[in-house]
Amino acid sequence: MKNRLKVLRAERDMTQAGLAEETGVSRQTINAIEKGKFDPSLPLAFRFSKLFGLAIEDIFQDEQEL
Amino acid sequence: MLYIWENAYICKYNFTFNQINMTMETQKNLRSLEAKRLTTRLAAWTGAWMLSFALVNFGSRFLWDYNETISIIAVLVNLVLGAGMVISNIRHLRNLDELQRKISLEAMGITLGVTLVVGLAYSNLDIANVIPFDAEISHVVILMGLCYLFSILILNSRYK
Repeated sequence: MKNRLKVLRAERDMTQAGLAEETGVSRQTINAIEKGKFDPSLPLAFRFSKLFGLAIEDIFQDEQEL
Repeated sequence: MLYIWENAYICKYNFTFNQINMTMETQKNLRSLEAKRLTTRLAAWTGAWMLSFALVNFGSRFLWDYNETISIIAVLVNLVLGAGMVISNIRHLRNLDELQRKISLEAMGITLGVTLVVGLAYSNLDIANVIPFDAEISHVVILMGLCYLFSILILNSRYK
């Protein structure tokens, strides 16, 4: 699954640690998601969606659909 | 009058804003404190269990000269501390975030599989008299610990 997490974070001038704190996960998790090594759960995806004020599909895209 | 009212409104707004900020900060601090508390508690239970285990092993020989009643009490204490360690471990795992939980789950799966397969093969070597010494359960425990440790290290490096 691809995601725009790194771009969205950069647009808001946030660090990985900052985003991790805001969403209640570790910095390692944010890094793994950004690199596409780990797909987040639905509750975590909703937390990103709420934080960035975007729909989940605007943050995460299924690679097969692209 | 209007000035006082405006000031009061600003103060109220600032107070609410500060309260929200403080709540978010407090939540973050609480999460971090909870993680530290659970890790410390797990370490304490594990340490206590290990000490009680050593006490049962060496105490019967050196302290109470194989007195059955004391040995049974020591084993019961060891079991109770073991149960505390297991509960503490479950609480620690529940507090991990989803990636850390996934890493732990994979490491436990690898450890279980390796211990089962290698442990039974090792036991068979003893039964078939291929190895000149007895296959001890402690060897399996060492294998289990090392396997879990290396699995955690390798899996953590994979998600870096």
